[in-house]
Amino acid sequence: MRFSESWLRTWVNPPVDTATLADQLSMAGLEVDAVEPVAPAFDGVVVGRVDSLEPHPAADKLRVCQVEVGAGEPLQIVCGAANVAAGMRVPVALVGARLPGDLRIKKARLRGVASFGMICSAAELGLEETSAGILPLPAEAPVGEDFRAWLELDDQAIEVDLTPDRGDCLSIAGIAREVGVLDRVAVTPVAVAEVPAAVERTVAVAVDAPEACPRYLCRVVCDLDVRAETPLWMRERLRRSGLRSLGAVVDVTNYVLLELGQPMHAFDLERIGGGIRVRMAAAGESLELLDGQTVTLDGDSLVIADQERPLALAGIMGGAASAVGEGTRDVLLESAFFAPRAIAGRARAYGLHTDASHRFERGVDPGLQRRALERATALLLEICGGRPGPVVEAASAAHLPRPPQVPLRPGRIARVLGLEVADAEVEDILGRLGMSLERTAAGWRVTPPSARFDIAIEADLIEEVGRIHGYARIPMTHAAAETALQAVPEGRLDLDRARLALVDRGYQEAVTYSFVAPEIQRLLDPDSDPLALANPLSNELSVMRTGLWPGLLQALAYNRARQQDRIRLFESGLRFRPSPEGLRQEPGLAALAVGPVFPEHWDGGRGRDTDFYDLKGDLEAVLALGGAAGSFAFEAATHPALHPGQSARVLREGEPMGWIGMLHPRLRKALDLDCDPLLFEIDLQAATPGRLPSFRPLSKYPAIRRDLALVIPREVTWERVRATVMAAAPPILQAVRLFDVYTGEHVEAGRKSIALGLILQDSSHTLKDSEVEAVVAAVVDRLVSDLDARLRA
Amino acid sequence: MNPDSTDLDALLDEARAAVAAAGDPQALDAVRVAFLGKSGRVTAQLKSLGRLPKAERPAAGQAINRVKQAIQALLDERREALEAEALEARLGAERLDVTLPGRGQRAGGLHPVTRTLRRIERLFANAGFEVAEGPEVEDDYHNFEALNIPPHHPARAMHDTFYFADGRLLRTHTSPVQIRVMEGREPPLKVIAPGRVYRCDSDLTHAPMFHQVEGFLVAEQASFADLKGVLHDFLNRFFERDLALRFRPSYFPFTEPSAEVDIQCVMCVGKGCRVCGHTGWLEVLGCGMIHPEVFRHVGIDSERYLGYAFGMGVERLAMLRYGVDDLRLFFENDLRFLRQFG
Repeated sequence: MRFSESWLRTWVNPPVDTATLADQLSMAGLEVDAVEPVAPAFDGVVVGRVDSLEPHPAADKLRVCQVEVGAGEPLQIVCGAANVAAGMRVPVALVGARLPGDLRIKKARLRGVASFGMICSAAELGLEETSAGILPLPAEAPVGEDFRAWLELDDQAIEVDLTPDRGDCLSIAGIAREVGVLDRVAVTPVAVAEVPAAVERTVAVAVDAPEACPRYLCRVVCDLDVRAETPLWMRERLRRSGLRSLGAVVDVTNYVLLELGQPMHAFDLERIGGGIRVRMAAAGESLELLDGQTVTLDGDSLVIADQERPLALAGIMGGAASAVGEGTRDVLLESAFFAPRAIAGRARAYGLHTDASHRFERGVDPGLQRRALERATALLLEICGGRPGPVVEAASAAHLPRPPQVPLRPGRIARVLGLEVADAEVEDILGRLGMSLERTAAGWRVTPPSARFDIAIEADLIEEVGRIHGYARIPMTHAAAETALQAVPEGRLDLDRARLALVDRGYQEAVTYSFVAPEIQRLLDPDSDPLALANPLSNELSVMRTGLWPGLLQALAYNRARQQDRIRLFESGLRFRPSPEGLRQEPGLAALAVGPVFPEHWDGGRGRDTDFYDLKGDLEAVLALGGAAGSFAFEAATHPALHPGQSARVLREGEPMGWIGMLHPRLRKALDLDCDPLLFEIDLQAATPGRLPSFRPLSKYPAIRRDLALVIPREVTWERVRATVMAAAPPILQAVRLFDVYTGEHVEAGRKSIALGLILQDSSHTLKDSEVEAVVAAVVDRLVSDLDARLRA
Repeated sequence: MNPDSTDLDALLDEARAAVAAAGDPQALDAVRVAFLGKSGRVTAQLKSLGRLPKAERPAAGQAINRVKQAIQALLDERREALEAEALEARLGAERLDVTLPGRGQRAGGLHPVTRTLRRIERLFANAGFEVAEGPEVEDDYHNFEALNIPPHHPARAMHDTFYFADGRLLRTHTSPVQIRVMEGREPPLKVIAPGRVYRCDSDLTHAPMFHQVEGFLVAEQASFADLKGVLHDFLNRFFERDLALRFRPSYFPFTEPSAEVDIQCVMCVGKGCRVCGHTGWLEVLGCGMIHPEVFRHVGIDSERYLGYAFGMGVERLAMLRYGVDDLRLFFENDLRFLRQFG
């Protein structure tokens, strides 16, 4: 809501300056977004009267005018505007005047004729974007008076950003009421008198949907001059409120909308076939609107119709066919109360948002319609002439909102606000807000004014008391709410700790959008059918990710394009996976690495590139944080997005919970990447349970190590070797260490050489050589028989 | 041959010259052997004492021993000097450029949103708030209806919502977590709910995804004054400065009374600058007393219990705290940006 301060001050004029007024409004919940001058700075402009004009001797388009400016001799001014006419009053910039755009008016010769000033257009004064000619002023404009002062251009346009509950403040009347309360000053509403009918003509009104339209008033105004010029004062008030002048009839309805808050509509009477019917649309009916678009109506839209067809979308926008135009002679003025429920959401459904729908959705005062209609009639007659018919009203008392009676208890005010407000002050605040109060045993019974749709329960009244009393005056205290100690689970993988582990290993955390491009999603997870947004911002952000790799790979590409060689990223967040049981929204943790293992260094240069085992080491470090490293395993498996020879499924107690590997070279190409990233992603819920440390006594006897060098078939995995060794050995085998893996020269094709260290120890005695040898022999026998291993010479 | 003092002096001079000429420990040892070894020249002098008359022997012996000791002293002195020289040379050779960078992994960093969230969570954890989370794909009931935003309510226009074909939606705020927690538990409750939220809006100052922290308290005693107290503490601790605060009446369907909280601009300390739009104030939080209608939806007796709730935008707080001037940077994941928060 944008309004002119000087207009507001004709209603209520508190003794405070603009800045204070704006601050008061903001602190009362009517947030002031902007305070802007209604006209740019200029001076030296006065009201003048064109006494005579004659053609310029040397230029067809110029005229030489004698302009009276109240300073004795008339001024000779050369003017190029087509609309300049003798007798016209106009703004005149005198010699020495400063106009917007730092334009200074000097004595000039135009094609040989002297000119002592400039007759101004509205655009030249910064009152319009563009102007077709000079700005004609009304006949009562006092010649010689300072133009700026006369038009009260030292005025501010105040923009308030109203919350949806305060529809009652979408008018000068509403803001004035609020200011009156805040400053404890009287409010003078505009005087509205009943306009008696001059003709008998009426239009029959039938309201078929009284629940949606509890009150409908209209009246005919005959024989108007729709081409009459809207007076400057009205155009100015509209302009300062952000509305353009669109012809006298529309200007009048817009003016009443701003002044009183009642949206109105004017129909061309001739275009109404029979009477008015206020009804729900028949689904599929079509209607061409004022803005030129044709909408197909659905059944829950309220329309104003005649006997044949819909004329207007009630409370939203009029129709093109029944609009007032150049040829209109008689109009039907409508002033109705449409129930918020009947309008809410409808404009949006048609892609519309109008000043009318904005107000009806929030609630227009159901007691306002007659007053607004009288006001509009009077203004219309003043500007366009014409003869009004009688007011026709169709109202359904049963459907009109009944103001609620809201109980209010002083104790509750104190409990909610944390502040005692004296009864007298409560009564004063609510009374000035237009509420009527009735004393009850518990406190009061309060009836809000009909404009206040936001007051329904006690809490609403408490807010009013707090708001007007001032939130700033409510103290700051600390709740004594008792709370139990929070649980601090131990022996589990903590996401926060996992993040820090990755950070310490050189990874940067990324935050990527949860919705991704379906193409990338399909490439990385071709088997799932991702959840698609019905109204995405773009195709790039249209399906919910089923994993975290799409975002990380996009971040990779982004950084590669910015000359980053070494990229390590991770992200945690929800993945959205459709399943037969419904959508699973489960947190995951994923990382990506590419480029050298360590930052480029003087001792070794760029160094070795990160490989599978580097990333696996990082993942193992994370998984170990819960204290249950032994419960995780990796098995070779193929994933559509990963290199088939460098990918593994991550298991926990045999259950799949993640993947690790190098991006499949095919995808590298499809994603237009210039590197081979390594990736992992794990299910955080599966990774979270951990193990509490559990103490085991330390052996007092020495540990003994025996190393074995073996040659085994190349396809035998380390995991099998380890399992075989552990299965072969008695409990004194504490650990088996792998300290070399080699293929190539000196190892026969199809085989690999490995070196193991067996760590043996007993808790009751120092191991004898014979015991050690027996274990080693058992291990070797088992490796030879089960894995076709051979001891290396 | 009788050792006379002239001979001994010459011998000492000779030894002195030889010691001085020895450039390394080996050469010095050769000098020692030549003079003091078994067949060295001083040793020979001592051996020759027996040929002197008995009365002269003590004096001659003493003279020779003095020379011997002098030579030994010269040798010791020279050895120490040579060792010191050798150590000096070694240390010189081992000198490092201590300004060269150290070796090893360079730590990455947390995303500034996470960094900010951790800070918020810690501050509220100090005051006894626990962390709760909820789904991001939400139903209409939890995101709107239970929060007292029925269909077609004008407040829905404040939330540009992403929908799915089946009517579900991406949560537009973290407030549904409030509902989910209250549905399952009994007061007293003291909870904060951080997480991702989504709005169908993207321009210079809006991202389609961002983060919020919702916080709420439900107890037999909770007032607007308590709410003011907790938010005042939070904001001052968060920014580590004493900033003026103001509570402006506002409207949220799920709180009544409602307020927006402005802090004195952290950039200009209230003087007025570009960041605060020359008002000196920054809007950072929405809050209020939980609406009785919300309590009704979750079955909490609003006569017995009161509650307050508040919600804040994490990116906004991060921008103010770290001076980031472009929201979009948070989601581009440019390493040059991310590394600044490591």
